[in-house]
Amino acid sequence: MDSLQPLFEQLFGSEWGGPLFLLIKNLLLILAIVIPLLLAVAYLTFAERKIIAYMQVRVGPNRVTFFDIPWLRGWGQPIADAVKAIMKEIIIPTGANKFLFLLAPVLAIGPALAAWAVVPFSPELVLADINAGLLYILAMTSLGVYGVIIAGWASNSKYAFLGAMRSAAQVVSYELAMGFALVCVLMMSSSLNLGDIVAGQQGGSFLNWYLIPLFPMFLVYFISGVAETNRAPFDVAEGESEIVAGFHVDYSGMAFTVFFLAEYANMILVATLASIMFLGGWLPPVDIAPFNLIPGMVWLLLKIAFMLFFFLWFRATFPRYRYDQIMRLGWKVFIPLTLVWIVVLGMVMQLPEVVRQSFPLNLWFN
Amino acid sequence: MERIKQFFKSFLLVEMLKGMKVTGRYLFAPKITVHYPEEKTPQSPRFRGLHALRRYPNGEERCIACKLCEAVCPAMAITIESEQRDDSTRRTTRYDIDMIKCIFCGFCEEACPVDAIVETRVLEYHGEVRGDLTYTKEMLLAVGDRYEEQIARDRAADAPYR
Repeated sequence: MDSLQPLFEQLFGSEWGGPLFLLIKNLLLILAIVIPLLLAVAYLTFAERKIIAYMQVRVGPNRVTFFDIPWLRGWGQPIADAVKAIMKEIIIPTGANKFLFLLAPVLAIGPALAAWAVVPFSPELVLADINAGLLYILAMTSLGVYGVIIAGWASNSKYAFLGAMRSAAQVVSYELAMGFALVCVLMMSSSLNLGDIVAGQQGGSFLNWYLIPLFPMFLVYFISGVAETNRAPFDVAEGESEIVAGFHVDYSGMAFTVFFLAEYANMILVATLASIMFLGGWLPPVDIAPFNLIPGMVWLLLKIAFMLFFFLWFRATFPRYRYDQIMRLGWKVFIPLTLVWIVVLGMVMQLPEVVRQSFPLNLWFN
Repeated sequence: MERIKQFFKSFLLVEMLKGMKVTGRYLFAPKITVHYPEEKTPQSPRFRGLHALRRYPNGEERCIACKLCEAVCPAMAITIESEQRDDSTRRTTRYDIDMIKCIFCGFCEEACPVDAIVETRVLEYHGEVRGDLTYTKEMLLAVGDRYEEQIARDRAADAPYR
């Protein structure tokens, strides 16, 4: 692709050709990430409906198909849902702040998509290979909550407002535990670059993945991730039995769909980060013949799908937490746990060289 | 001791894993959904669906306009008008059932001394405007003519219990 740069310089002059080429190249790369992502989101909704239905001894959507192909029955459902959502009217309540009301969905989906810029799909395949990648991801996922808060505020409805308040408090609390859990990963890999974090888990087999030494942190990270995305059992921000639909009660049509997309894009992001930081990203579970021939991206996608399955499994299994229980879990369980683990990990890292090079520890501290 | 046990139990997410085991097992359980238009659940001969007015085998309508059904109808869905026919028998000139009011209780069927008004097994019918669901005498007789064979069979099947 870089060989096209001289052509651009010829066409638009040496001053404009270079920047223009960069712009178009990056836009194409962004599209190459976002379009598969949105398709994945669409089919994640289908997978969710299907898997939860199966766990409830139902069959789920099984009608809409493409070109009457019988074995694709149900697979047209997300497309049909999208078409329906696009056709619907976006109703703006009279008491709402129109500008903020329409800005909120954008603020929700923007960070959810922007965070993908630093995600490494394979050793070479990453849009922005920046050294503060993890920091950038934490910043972006925190920004997402502004969409929710502004949506609740701009709707000028008490239910939406309650939902936004709950969501804000919950996301802020769990961000701490999540951040601390990731600090452990940083300590192990001594890098903020996501590519380096995966490279740090290299070494032959799944025993080298940070999942093994940091297993409690993996649980804390994943459960915080579920809370962060406002998914069941932490979906008090939606809480349809108490506050109708929470922050997006007053949204309809495409404006609602954008929130929906953002939630699912965030789910995929949390699953991806869990795969990258704890499950060795693109690395195969065992570095021998049949496994390491499969491209790294396939392994990453398999791991993401595996983690996403847990999101759906949780939703099918657990009842919603009470609000004070959520706060208790976040502040009184997760944060002390992560703090203790950071201290323990720090002490292990300060052990003498000889001990660190002996058997179980040499897998992770090299 | 009990508290320590409880502490480890909650930290190791034992209860959570038990719950997930249950849903995980049901993921592979056979599904019990009836795929409606293709599959249907079995119906009893006493099924109470769309109403019909029956005729005797010679083609004479059974209804003698006694208005018992109109009187017993709890939803007041039945409207009957009658007059004397040329052969000096009493017959209905109007027999309307408003299917929107009807609660399908089956009282009309029970009240009828001549088995004229019956409820069939038909449940797949619809109206496109509101008036469509007011069934007139002609429509009810037509339903009866169409399903007479099944209606007679169902009455016969239920007769020993009456």
